[in-house]
Amino acid sequence: MLREDYEIVIGLEVHAELSTKTKIFCSCPTEFGAAPNTHTCPVCMAMPGALPVLNEKVVEYAVKAGLATNCSITKESKNDRKNYFYPDLPKSYQISQFDKPLCTNGSIDIEEEGKAKTIGITRIHIEEDAGKLNHNEFGSGSLVDLNRAGVPLIEIVSEPDMRSSKDAENYLRKIKSILEYIEVSDCKMQEGSLRADVNVSVRKKGAKEFGTRTEMKNMNSFRSIVRAIDYEAERQIEVIENGGKIEQETLRWDDVSGKTFSMRDKEDAQDYRYFPEPDLVAIRLSDEYIENIRKNLPELPESRKKRYLEEYKLTEKESKMLTASKYMSNLFEESLKICGNAKAVANWLLSDVSRILNEKEIEPDQIPFTAEQLAKMIMLIEKGTISSAIGKKVLEELFENPKDPEKIIEEKGWIQISDEGAIKEVVMKILGNNPQSIADFKAGKDRALGFLVGQAMKETKGKANPKMLNDMFLEELKK
Amino acid sequence: MNITELTVHELQEKLQSKEITIEQITKAYVENIEKYEKDVQAFITPLKENALKQAEEIKKKVENGEITNPLAGIPIGIKDNICTKGIKTTCASKMLENFVAPYNATVMEKIYGENMINLGKLNMDEFAMGASTEYSYFQTTRNPWNLNTVPGGSSGGSAAAVAANMVPWALGSDTGGSIRQPASFCGVVGLKPTYGLVSRYGLVAFASSLDQIGPITKDVKDAAILLNVIAGHDEKDTTSVNKEKVDYTKVLKNDVKGLKIGIPKEYFGEGINSEVKQSLEKAINIYKELGATVEEFSLNIADYALATYYIIACAEASSNLGRFDGIRYGYRTANYSDLKELFRNSRSEGFGAEVKRRIILGTYVLSSGYYDAYYKKAQQVRTLVKKEFDKAFEKYDVLLTPTSPTVAFEIGTRSNNPLEMYLADICTVSVNIAGLPGISIPCGVDSKGMPIGMQLIGNKFAEETILNAAYTYEQKCRFRDVFKSDNVSPKGHM
Repeated sequence: MLREDYEIVIGLEVHAELSTKTKIFCSCPTEFGAAPNTHTCPVCMAMPGALPVLNEKVVEYAVKAGLATNCSITKESKNDRKNYFYPDLPKSYQISQFDKPLCTNGSIDIEEEGKAKTIGITRIHIEEDAGKLNHNEFGSGSLVDLNRAGVPLIEIVSEPDMRSSKDAENYLRKIKSILEYIEVSDCKMQEGSLRADVNVSVRKKGAKEFGTRTEMKNMNSFRSIVRAIDYEAERQIEVIENGGKIEQETLRWDDVSGKTFSMRDKEDAQDYRYFPEPDLVAIRLSDEYIENIRKNLPELPESRKKRYLEEYKLTEKESKMLTASKYMSNLFEESLKICGNAKAVANWLLSDVSRILNEKEIEPDQIPFTAEQLAKMIMLIEKGTISSAIGKKVLEELFENPKDPEKIIEEKGWIQISDEGAIKEVVMKILGNNPQSIADFKAGKDRALGFLVGQAMKETKGKANPKMLNDMFLEELKK
Repeated sequence: MNITELTVHELQEKLQSKEITIEQITKAYVENIEKYEKDVQAFITPLKENALKQAEEIKKKVENGEITNPLAGIPIGIKDNICTKGIKTTCASKMLENFVAPYNATVMEKIYGENMINLGKLNMDEFAMGASTEYSYFQTTRNPWNLNTVPGGSSGGSAAAVAANMVPWALGSDTGGSIRQPASFCGVVGLKPTYGLVSRYGLVAFASSLDQIGPITKDVKDAAILLNVIAGHDEKDTTSVNKEKVDYTKVLKNDVKGLKIGIPKEYFGEGINSEVKQSLEKAINIYKELGATVEEFSLNIADYALATYYIIACAEASSNLGRFDGIRYGYRTANYSDLKELFRNSRSEGFGAEVKRRIILGTYVLSSGYYDAYYKKAQQVRTLVKKEFDKAFEKYDVLLTPTSPTVAFEIGTRSNNPLEMYLADICTVSVNIAGLPGISIPCGVDSKGMPIGMQLIGNKFAEETILNAAYTYEQKCRFRDVFKSDNVSPKGHM
């Protein structure tokens, strides 16, 4: 198989739940996690005779998203009905937008091995989410929960501009970051408030025509998306190499087996019978309205990055990494406000915090501690109350059981020993136990000092003030 | 004095002069329901006891000054596709046989807000699809003027109940003529307001861009009074228009001098019954005598209106009626082994033949590959129809046509011939397509004594113009007085 002869072509349809307080067509709350069917009313339950009323905030949020992704805003737009039967779709149609989406022709830049790459955005439209089916939760059969029915979504459709699973990941991370920055979506992938339909096709390098694509729906983790794209591309190449043809179809990605499966038989090829929603009037936006939103757009990652470079003298890499996630970036800024040490906060976030996030496979928005707690920990180190070694342990503890770092070190007995007499006692004990190291040091081996300090730290379970230890060892050794 | 012969404004006068009481009114109507309902079959859910109880309560509250609404204690009948909290709303369908809405339609909030009394839910064609009320799942309503004929439809129950004096007035809904045509068949007044004048919130949708709720009454003044109650912007219906309130009773001037009436000749051509035509010609002469100017003209697009209407109405219906899927409410089949069968069998068993016919037609015209040829084309024609009417209203204040090409036809003669049934709407559908107001008022009887209706069409939100024109004619011809005589009246045939 000639894997390297092929090019992968990827397009993403990203669905983001908007963080409006109420649903798109009624005043039910959008809050996640309520008891089934408690956030419902005649409108979102599709009672006969009930009518939708468009939530203006939804339009505003979608326009924000469009402006933040360099889209043109459609001044005269409308809603359409997408008809299909399913128990989680109470009206038997989804109110969406078909041929006049609110935003069109945008793009965002992603980075690929240090090089900038532009991904086109075909369109962004508004639509309503469906309900949820709970299978077998209460014995046999399925139960319908309509709390999510009518939660507002934007669908962001990309051009087929991505060429690797890494591209797709970078693109999705960038979209997530932008939506977080402009505060239109929580983007909580674990709660399904950000999910993507992934379209994949392959073609021989240099080919002009796209290959036949397959679609994997409702993917909600970066890891699955990367794995699914890699698997699906391999599968398609194998089919083609064996003389087969790719069927245009919807596939289901199974995370456990790491494979894709066909979802629908062809008999069910959907005809959604889109037509203009007669229950809603056209959406007309004035230039002033659009300009007003543009003027009030919050700071986007790019300009924040620039600010970090200039104001805080952080490196290009640090600034980029911190601003990639709004949660991370906000945590940085809030901690900085309290402790005043940009470099230290950046270091902690980019080294130890990021390492733990990776280990735990969680996103920055799931960090359990507050900026104040992080800042306090940094200040405790600066004051010499704890060593940075203890700081690492405090951080681990902040992830497990977040509370005031002072309480943590008090409870754990981690307060740094800075008492001269106590330090001297340890130094003398270590020197007594290691005559060889003394000899080594005197013979000019500076490394021996490091060893002795290490032993002393071990003896004090990391609590001794390292600066004082160092000074006192030197003093004694030079005697 | 027979209370149930009186119009609502007459009832109001008698209440004010204390000649009658609120309780007497409801009691008189309940007695009439008991007398005539077995023949007419207008009600799906009569609320006789409840109405009597309410009448007693409201009477007390009026007496001790707690409520002062001028319509307090006036009964009303409601077409059974308007949602009433706690009372069944069936749409005359097996699908909703036991459906009780958890909320009131906006018009019901307004009716109840006036302390009016709901006398019952009235029969109709299933989901308002039909022109004879024969497509009701429950019963065929009969025309009080001749029990062997249909009352028209789809608001046949509403029109028949008003004609038989079982309710003083009623609410109907009109998608292609469903208020005006039965009003014409039953010799009463029916008004279809401008699209957007009355909130549709709580009206079970048939075709969202065409549906409007409106009054069916004994005379024009009553229509104006009831329109005052139900008209107005509703934030729950974004297609309802926010405009200044008009008191429609104040526009009844009994004067049409200088009024410019246009007669679209297409509505007097082939297929129009000659007696209907003669009756309309007489009416036109009366308008001339009253000082209006009358001119014939050509409404070019009239020939395409019916086809356009059936494409748009069915397309919207096919989507609107999707929610009746057996999942959350309404009829569910007992016979299914998977989801697809649950959907298919619930809908196959729950809907009647005419509803299925329109869902299939509507699904077809929206299908990929057919959309452009049917739905899109129909929308283009719709724009042309609107333009054609705009042009007409540059020249005329009111357009005058028959409401229906014929008088009420015999039960069973058209129910198996959908195309012929659809022709009953030919004079009324274009008004819905263009979103205009239209009123049907009685303008005579044929040789067999069956009522003939005249339709007056106005420009958008020009209800005042057609109400005044209708009122002025009515004052001159006094058809209610004619109908009260024994040889020409609903009662004479029962």
